[in-house]
Amino acid sequence: MLKVNDLHVYYGGIHALKGVHLSVEQGQIVTLIGANGAGKSTTLRTIVGLERPRTGTVLFNSEDLTKLDTHRIIQRGIGISPEGRKVFPNLTVMENLELGAYHQSQKDAAVQMEWVYTLFPRLRERSRQLTGTLSGGEQQMVALGRALMSRPKLVLLDEPSLGLAPLVVEEVFRTIQTTNEQGATILLVEQNAMAALHVAHYAYVLETGRVILEGPGKTLLADERVRQAYLGE
Amino acid sequence: MTSTILLQQLINGISLGSLYGLVAIGYTMVYGILRLINFAHGDLLMFAAYIAIYAAALLALPWYLSFPLAVIATGLLGILLDRAAYKPLRNAPRISLLISAIGASFLLENLALVFIGGVPKAFPRPEIFDRVIPILGLRIQVLTLYTPVVTLVLLFGLLYIVFHTKVGKAMRAASKDFETTRLMGINLDRIISITFLLGSMLAAAGGIMWAMKYPQVNPFMGVFPGLKAFIAAVLGGIGNIVGAVLGGFLLGLGEILIVALVPEMAQYRDAFAFVILILVLLFRPTGIMGEPIIDKS
Repeated sequence: MLKVNDLHVYYGGIHALKGVHLSVEQGQIVTLIGANGAGKSTTLRTIVGLERPRTGTVLFNSEDLTKLDTHRIIQRGIGISPEGRKVFPNLTVMENLELGAYHQSQKDAAVQMEWVYTLFPRLRERSRQLTGTLSGGEQQMVALGRALMSRPKLVLLDEPSLGLAPLVVEEVFRTIQTTNEQGATILLVEQNAMAALHVAHYAYVLETGRVILEGPGKTLLADERVRQAYLGE
Repeated sequence: MTSTILLQQLINGISLGSLYGLVAIGYTMVYGILRLINFAHGDLLMFAAYIAIYAAALLALPWYLSFPLAVIATGLLGILLDRAAYKPLRNAPRISLLISAIGASFLLENLALVFIGGVPKAFPRPEIFDRVIPILGLRIQVLTLYTPVVTLVLLFGLLYIVFHTKVGKAMRAASKDFETTRLMGINLDRIISITFLLGSMLAAAGGIMWAMKYPQVNPFMGVFPGLKAFIAAVLGGIGNIVGAVLGGFLLGLGEILIVALVPEMAQYRDAFAFVILILVLLFRPTGIMGEPIIDKS
């Protein structure tokens, strides 16, 4: 479904991605783990066209995305929960969700919203509240729900567990699994390697702009290097 | 001063203030999205007035066709202004945008000077706006009454668009965060164009009413109403649409009343507005209804 080949991205003079590759198959949860500054978020930003690669391709259902505008890429069927949540604080919860379905018909959006409210019952209670007044965990739910509103073929999640209490983190990962079981394909960027590897079908480990390790989530969980470097053992 | 004169002046103040408000909305909308003071905004008033003149003179259109034509053409000019002067600078420092705005303003004024000439043209005021009707013992020109009504109708129409339509939702999102707005699959440039379209159309409505009130149109006619409207937008809280209109009303009332109550101050009428600007910037930079301004990335 998604195939990233030999991606090189520069920030000014800094060579941020040095030939990143990865692929996501229909129905999978694929995770991208690694330390701060390894290039995880840059990879996601390049996929959605917020950064332009110097070389390399991003194929989504065999179409190269690297020349398309961000809004066109999203309209191809991608939903994203960006780094730092980035909910619109001046809009209500319901309005944030509606923006996620900007190009859907009103009817489809209503169906999706009902589904998001089932995933996150708390959001239904808060639907008319300004999103800026919500707790961090609730805002994360808004960001996740918003990413799902367009019934996307591929969902990109950038650090959905960042800054959340452990119980909320659990809830977030449970939701990721639920949505995957209901058919969503997910590319998950995480610093919380343990949790990410537990839910992932396949995983890539990124270090200073390169993929240094890849394999099924369970295999990497057992890998000595991963355990030492990312699981703190 | 008798109470009838006071009442007359109050009505004049509200009428003038509503004009300021109408133009101020455009400043505030563009500022809300681009964090830019669009100094060329005032010149759109002049452009609208000329279009209305030429549509009546050359095409022999009646006012109810020439006015909408001028409003639409000015709206399109607003989009063009953004595309030519501001869009190439989306990622440039804020100061570059501001300089570009000042340049665009000079360009519009001087284009008018070259192609139309500096001799003021008379604005053909339709007769129906000339009528004078007696109210409460006062004799009031209907234009004076229509102006605030038109402003309020347009204000509510705009508020409906901003708060109850999809495009409005996208505009409010874009006012907080460009990047995430694009991540919703929204064509940001289109949203910015719509913002310029709406703001410029309101400026055109203001320009036409201004030209009926002061029927001498010249290439620099937009400068002062533009500055006053900018002050009104700051007074009301820049970025806030209702605040812009409120600021306009207050400024217009203040100007008229200061002249009415202290006739010796009449010459300082324009200075009054700038004193207000300085005071607001010193003591309450967020204006009456504005929120603290956050820098956008």
